[in-house]
Amino acid sequence: MPPTPSESLLQARDLHTWFELRRWGFLRVGEVRAVDGVDFELGRGEAVAFVGESGCGKSSLARTLLGLHVPTRGEVTFDGRHVESLDREGRRWFRKQVGFVQQDPYGALPPFMTVRRLLAEPLIINGVRSRAEREERIRAALEEVRLTPPDEVLDKFPHMLSGGQQQRVVIARALILKPSMVIADEPVSMLDASVRVEILALLRRIQEARGLTVVYITHDLSTVRYFASRIFVMYAGKIVEKAPVDALLAAPQHPYTQALLAAIPDPDPENATREKAIPGGEPPSLVHPPPGCRFHPRCPHAMAGLCEVRIPDEFEPRPGHRAACWLHGRTEDDRGGWPRPSADSGPEAGAI
Amino acid sequence: MRRLAGAFRQLRRYPSAVAGLTIVSGLLVLNIITVIAIPYPRALELWRGGEPWEMHPAYARPSWVNAFRRVNLPRTRIVSSRDAEVRSETLPSGRRMVIPLAFDYTDGAFPSEINLFLNARFETREPFLQLTWHTPDGRTVPLGGRTAARTDRVSISQDRALAGRLGLEPHEGLLARPGAPDDPEVLPGRYELRVEALLFEAEADLEATLVIYGQVHGWAGTDHQRRDLGVALLWGGPVAMAFGLLAAVGTTLTTLFIGAAGVWFGGWIDALIQRVTEVNMILPALPIMIMIGTLYSQSIWVMLAVIVVLGIFSAGIKMYRAMLLPIREAPYIEAARAYGAGNLRIILRYMIPRILPVLIPGFVSLIPSFVFLEASLAVLGLGDPVLPTWGKILHDAQSQSALYHGHYYWVVQPAALLMLTGLGFAMLGFALDRVFNPRLRDL
Repeated sequence: MPPTPSESLLQARDLHTWFELRRWGFLRVGEVRAVDGVDFELGRGEAVAFVGESGCGKSSLARTLLGLHVPTRGEVTFDGRHVESLDREGRRWFRKQVGFVQQDPYGALPPFMTVRRLLAEPLIINGVRSRAEREERIRAALEEVRLTPPDEVLDKFPHMLSGGQQQRVVIARALILKPSMVIADEPVSMLDASVRVEILALLRRIQEARGLTVVYITHDLSTVRYFASRIFVMYAGKIVEKAPVDALLAAPQHPYTQALLAAIPDPDPENATREKAIPGGEPPSLVHPPPGCRFHPRCPHAMAGLCEVRIPDEFEPRPGHRAACWLHGRTEDDRGGWPRPSADSGPEAGAI
Repeated sequence: MRRLAGAFRQLRRYPSAVAGLTIVSGLLVLNIITVIAIPYPRALELWRGGEPWEMHPAYARPSWVNAFRRVNLPRTRIVSSRDAEVRSETLPSGRRMVIPLAFDYTDGAFPSEINLFLNARFETREPFLQLTWHTPDGRTVPLGGRTAARTDRVSISQDRALAGRLGLEPHEGLLARPGAPDDPEVLPGRYELRVEALLFEAEADLEATLVIYGQVHGWAGTDHQRRDLGVALLWGGPVAMAFGLLAAVGTTLTTLFIGAAGVWFGGWIDALIQRVTEVNMILPALPIMIMIGTLYSQSIWVMLAVIVVLGIFSAGIKMYRAMLLPIREAPYIEAARAYGAGNLRIILRYMIPRILPVLIPGFVSLIPSFVFLEASLAVLGLGDPVLPTWGKILHDAQSQSALYHGHYYWVVQPAALLMLTGLGFAMLGFALDRVFNPRLRDL
């Protein structure tokens, strides 16, 4: 369910993150539009997933939300405060409020620090002066991520741990400052399949126990169900569909989402020989994105004269289920005078 | 830190590392002992030359040369009137003293010089002395008469008239067997220099010290100013080591920090650092230092500062940059930013420690290059004017044409110490390189 404004923790308004391309260090020759007009709102204690293929801008979005990239346009509001205009003290507060779990657990841990040291770092930076208090919080964090007994890992270097243990340490580090939100950027994609579920279950448990807001970024729709209550589907720097997990998986409204779901491998051997209707083409360039709807070159339902001209508005074909696609324009005015497409070619027919 | 300790444990497997460590630690212990035994002000005082050395021979060889010779070279003999049987008789107008300065001379080689030092005490009238030389075979050689100042020195070896009479240099002729001036040979036995003094005041007194200078001195020999080279050889160690170490630490740390800062901040800061480095890399350091040494100051500290300043924007920056660029993008640094680490902390705690182990071998090998640089400057005459250093010994040797005159020890000893220092650090550095860069191990 979309949160009511009073519960809202994070809002992104018209967020753009563009990276300038320069030649010889000073000539501007264009920009990569990694995040290109994103609006959403997250409630306190909500777990949402951002789904999209590689290069759709979801990692850039994560870094923009973390304040690691400065948005080119638009703004992020966290707990009622504009992240960009925070002063020094506010910035420190924001850093404590938001934890970050990265994709590559080994790369995310400084290889020359012991687990104790690298978990102490955020505490030291954020002014926990007492050594005893730090030690206590480090042990508590390790226990929370089920690295017990903590003494076994405290003096180890990251390379001495398994991938799953490393990711647990990364999660412990993200949680050690008691944040109210955690952004997890593909936290399990580099782990063994056997460990993935464990780590996701752990994140889920912690999320529930702490009432954390979690932004889970993934390209893998199959892991979303374990975790999130809402899904945002991203394509070429834009959010194309926002819906509760069950609604989206049951009846995807955007042609891209439909294609994404169709691409999930089906374990049923009876379907092994069945052809899947997956649109061809390649992910669009973020330097020269297609005009109008970004998906129109690959879209099986593209309406000539509309989709390649006008960027689609966001429609709400069902309550709480939004899609940025002209197919869902209720009236012809919505669609700029275009007639509603016939039912059999409509997106709902493609639902799985 | 633990990995570092492990790396040092691995060193034991490399004989060159053990040898290098032995040399370096041996030198280090020697340096510490030197600094304690001859404190800095004392060393400066000794190296300034002059009075402390007047009883030492000039150009004396080190004592160890006797180990390689059939006929031993003589050491210095000092005969003082305090140990002699001084006869004294009172005269109406003062006193008459006879001071017999006797010594046994049995060495196979002649001394290098003979001097008589006088210490007279009087009010107004200087004492008058008559010197006679008595040989073991009963000959008497008059050395003339003269008056004595309060502190006086009679340079018997410089007496050209005496040399003419003897047909030989005085310090040879006085001790030679008579009759063979072409092939002088020492006449062994007891010699005596008799000093007959007339003192014109009742309270007046006279002390005389005869010095028969040897041809060897100490373990290191002496130079043209009679200074014991041992002092400079010993003190050259701490100076060289401190200079090499400080210069290496100074350049490495600043270069590393600036390189890392450039990589981290990127943009125009990085570009500026790179351009300055490129310009600095083609500036010749040695001529600049010669210029500063000639025009400004030769102090070793000024030189050290110049070396560090010129060394900051060196090729090292390019190397560190290449190593740090991928580290800058490492996820753990992004994570550190996410939990609020500041720029300085990221540079010092997250970037530099990552490449530090790789730099240790280079750092160790860098030390001797600065030791050699300091020595080169000193050889060129730009050494610190007061400090005793190995390079200064070489400079003195060079300016006195030591090798032409056969004073090989003067050149060989500091050069050997320099090479030993270089060798020790180089061997250690190579072994460290293999420990920290395992790919080299199989080479």
